[in-house]
Amino acid sequence: MTTLLWLALIWAQIALALAACLAVVRMVIGPNAQDRVLALDAIYVTTMLLFIVTALQLGTPFLFEAALVIAVGGFVSTVALAKFLLRGEVIE
Amino acid sequence: MTPLETLPPWLMLIVAVLLVLGSTLTLLGAFGLLHLKSFYDRIHAPTLGTSWGAAAILLASMLSWSWVQDRAVVHELVIGICVMATTPVTLMFLGRAALHRDRSLGDGRVPATPPRPDSAPSETAD
Repeated sequence: MTTLLWLALIWAQIALALAACLAVVRMVIGPNAQDRVLALDAIYVTTMLLFIVTALQLGTPFLFEAALVIAVGGFVSTVALAKFLLRGEVIE
Repeated sequence: MTPLETLPPWLMLIVAVLLVLGSTLTLLGAFGLLHLKSFYDRIHAPTLGTSWGAAAILLASMLSWSWVQDRAVVHELVIGICVMATTPVTLMFLGRAALHRDRSLGDGRVPATPPRPDSAPSETAD
């Protein structure tokens, strides 16, 4: 059963890293700016989940704060970029 | 030797299933982000990762840390609430920005600005 848990952890890490790579491809080829912002938001969420899985695998609780900061930073940056796309400036 | 190996087998099974479920859903969402044709289709794809992808992985983390530390560990709920409450806000905002940009570019595939019921047709106020 321990082997199963390790396989699940490794599969989760590979799948999340692959998801981040697919979002990076969309960010590079994305035809418009809004596609790139959407891909950035997906990268933020995927990286946050990858941090949590890595913390679980390493057995350290110290990566949790990093995941929290990434979650909040993803929200703020996506809202700021969407506001920029809508109005042309972030704070008016 | 990590603290995870002190988990009982039934909890290991639950944690493994939740991890595989969450990461596979996130991968499918990222695949949809790459694969779908228009932006208004693609905006739905990463929500797989932010809804059940994040929920399953955070639930697995909560369960295993609660067992390892022998108390209820619930700080993952902060991340969960943060992600699940903010994703609809950001994506609605981004969709509105994309609609505004497509209209101002004259893209014929998006619906035109609906007329205001109380006044003459004008530019969108928002």
